[in-house]
Amino acid sequence: MAVRAAEEWLNACSGCEISIVDMGERLLEVLEHIEFVHMPVIMDHKYYGQLGDQAHLSIPEADVGILTGGIRNEEHLEVALEMRAKCQTLIAVGTCATHGGIPALANSYSTQSLLERYYSTETTDQPAEIPNQGVPEQLERCFALDEKITVDLSIPGCPPHPDTVYAALMGLVKGELPELPSKSVCDTCPTHREGKGKVNKLRRFLQAPQYEAAEPLDHMRCFLEQGVLCLGPVTRAGCGGEKRTPRCISARVPCRGCFGPVKHDGNQMLDMLTGLASNRVDITALPEHASLLRFSGAHCRLRGKDTRQEETCHK
Amino acid sequence: MSQVINISPLTRIEGHASIRIQLDDQGEVQDSKLHIMSLRGFEKFIEGKSAEEVPRIVNRICGICPWHHHLAANKAVDGCFEASLPPAGRKLRELMHTIAHAEDKLLHFFFLAAADFVLGPDSDYQARNVIGLAKSNPELAKQVVSMRSKAKMILEKFAGKAIHPIAGVTGGFSKPLDEQDRKDILQEVRQILDFALYTMDFAKNELFPPYLETIQSLGVIKTGFIGTVGSEGEMSLYDGNIRLMRPDGTFQDFAPAEYADHIGEHVEPYSYAKFPYAKSWEEGFSLDLEQPKGIYRSNCLARMNVVESIPTPRAQQELLEFRERFGRPAQATLLYHWARLIEEVYACERAVELLEDEAITDTHVRNPAEAKAGRGVGCVEAPRGTLIHDYSTDENGLITRANMIVGTTHNIAPMNMSVNQAARNLIHEGDVDEAILNKIEMAVRAYDP
Repeated sequence: MAVRAAEEWLNACSGCEISIVDMGERLLEVLEHIEFVHMPVIMDHKYYGQLGDQAHLSIPEADVGILTGGIRNEEHLEVALEMRAKCQTLIAVGTCATHGGIPALANSYSTQSLLERYYSTETTDQPAEIPNQGVPEQLERCFALDEKITVDLSIPGCPPHPDTVYAALMGLVKGELPELPSKSVCDTCPTHREGKGKVNKLRRFLQAPQYEAAEPLDHMRCFLEQGVLCLGPVTRAGCGGEKRTPRCISARVPCRGCFGPVKHDGNQMLDMLTGLASNRVDITALPEHASLLRFSGAHCRLRGKDTRQEETCHK
Repeated sequence: MSQVINISPLTRIEGHASIRIQLDDQGEVQDSKLHIMSLRGFEKFIEGKSAEEVPRIVNRICGICPWHHHLAANKAVDGCFEASLPPAGRKLRELMHTIAHAEDKLLHFFFLAAADFVLGPDSDYQARNVIGLAKSNPELAKQVVSMRSKAKMILEKFAGKAIHPIAGVTGGFSKPLDEQDRKDILQEVRQILDFALYTMDFAKNELFPPYLETIQSLGVIKTGFIGTVGSEGEMSLYDGNIRLMRPDGTFQDFAPAEYADHIGEHVEPYSYAKFPYAKSWEEGFSLDLEQPKGIYRSNCLARMNVVESIPTPRAQQELLEFRERFGRPAQATLLYHWARLIEEVYACERAVELLEDEAITDTHVRNPAEAKAGRGVGCVEAPRGTLIHDYSTDENGLITRANMIVGTTHNIAPMNMSVNQAARNLIHEGDVDEAILNKIEMAVRAYDP
């Protein structure tokens, strides 16, 4: 019998859903084993009944629940709780769901200041009132799922690789929870390292790294050893899928940490700054540090001057 | 006994939206609203970040069109830092942009929209989707999945990351294209072009004909249009001037940097998304179905309407036929689907052109840049419309101010109108069924929000 699955996106961009579609022909194979009973991006099941006349939000029961995105507003929270209540096994897919992702960069600011800026840009008619009719109220910050509900499996990645999504889904069909890599991006990176170099200062990525276009990646020297900030050491491996080679590195671009910390509760900023300092690299050359947490700013890692935020983070 | 119908969530669209329809005591539509439910605040939280990092942050605005955000942002940062691009760097950016367009349209047409036409708007909702399509037409499904993956895998294989790309960099592109890759990708893009032409014929001859009446009535409104054009007014998705066309077909062209003189954003209390409108028409903003004010539309139908021509042969032929049948500007909302398929042909033809140019393999793809104070407005045609990123930087090259007008938002106002039009035409005496509600959603889905 097919496994019943429900899928929902919360504070998300749809990239994770597209990554599911990007399984290509394997998607058709997956669909032979998994029956989706709710998935707004591709199917028409509605929260309030198909005629829109029910009072309460309802999602059908399922063996597996897939949630992408973090929790930013009241509706996200309501959907997350309903998914938890109706799904036996709940999987957080993507770094927004596991660690807040890029939208959690907002946690450096108060919700009010985000709203005020958006409704006062130079093209916005003034005075503009912040919308409040029929739209869900914003919470005080952006939460990873496990701050609000119990999560059975976390698959990070912005987005996760289709190979990983495929392996996870087929594993679930067999009733197994797949294991994720516990290594860092550096462990899968082919670039060439010579050991502790002479770099004592990092530069911004405003010019090309040194490499010969005709030569393979393993002839290019490690970005950090070239003096370019790369978050490979503090980022979980897996972005390259079965091919393993980290995706950004393969385009000759340094890692920015999109698979979140190597261990679920690691701190990418702290680990990176500590690592640089212990190698005597001057960290004051980095213009700002919040970006080191650009994918993992939930769990109160990034904080703004917001009294509601402060209250919940000090609990 | 007044009644409220809450269509939530809107499905087979990207993002979070719902429709609320209020019926009066006689069961007639009193009011309808399209609620856009989420807001993330990119304009604020990129403040203080190094500008050169922003193109790999703001691509998360949309996981379906991350390339277009990535490239508009790169253009804006190039502007802030006064960075110049080597020709091959510019060509590679356009190539990625164009292939991403081709992939996006296949995704929307087959994965999101086609079920309404193939299986019918009133078919069982549990099967009215791409999975139902795959079951009813496994051969086509296999081809669709394989062609779309092909486009996506070109982006991934060459540029590292297809979703949330990183290969556009300040001053150019991160890596050159070698000769073997050029030949391989060219061959693959030609296959996708063949499929685009097949899809165009299939839709024109089989999918659309039973719905011609619906196409001419569902969600039809009269508005202006916006899109980017080249120096001769021809279609140009990557670069050019913005053309703002009035409902009567007259238009004005302006440089992207002047966008704020022409476009205003109105705020309504029921939608987090703002409502861009034509400020330069000086008539204000109104969603009134009989007398809308300031309302224009974006995305493929808009581009079909604003251009004088399409500079590739097969797509131009389709444009002529489209104009012959539906006029200029064509107003019927469901024609978005038709226009999308013409644009699919154009995107493939354009990608072939770019790849046939051997200069695209020049290894000089990036100029060094220097962080400095400045302002840059980056604009491209994203699949869903004219996409504008406008940044200012301080002397350290950190973002001090950002404003963005995202493709889909141009269509927030017209989508509200189309929903209202569809609801008023379809719901009478309180008589509502699933097929009616899905047809109302089809009026939104055509815009591919």
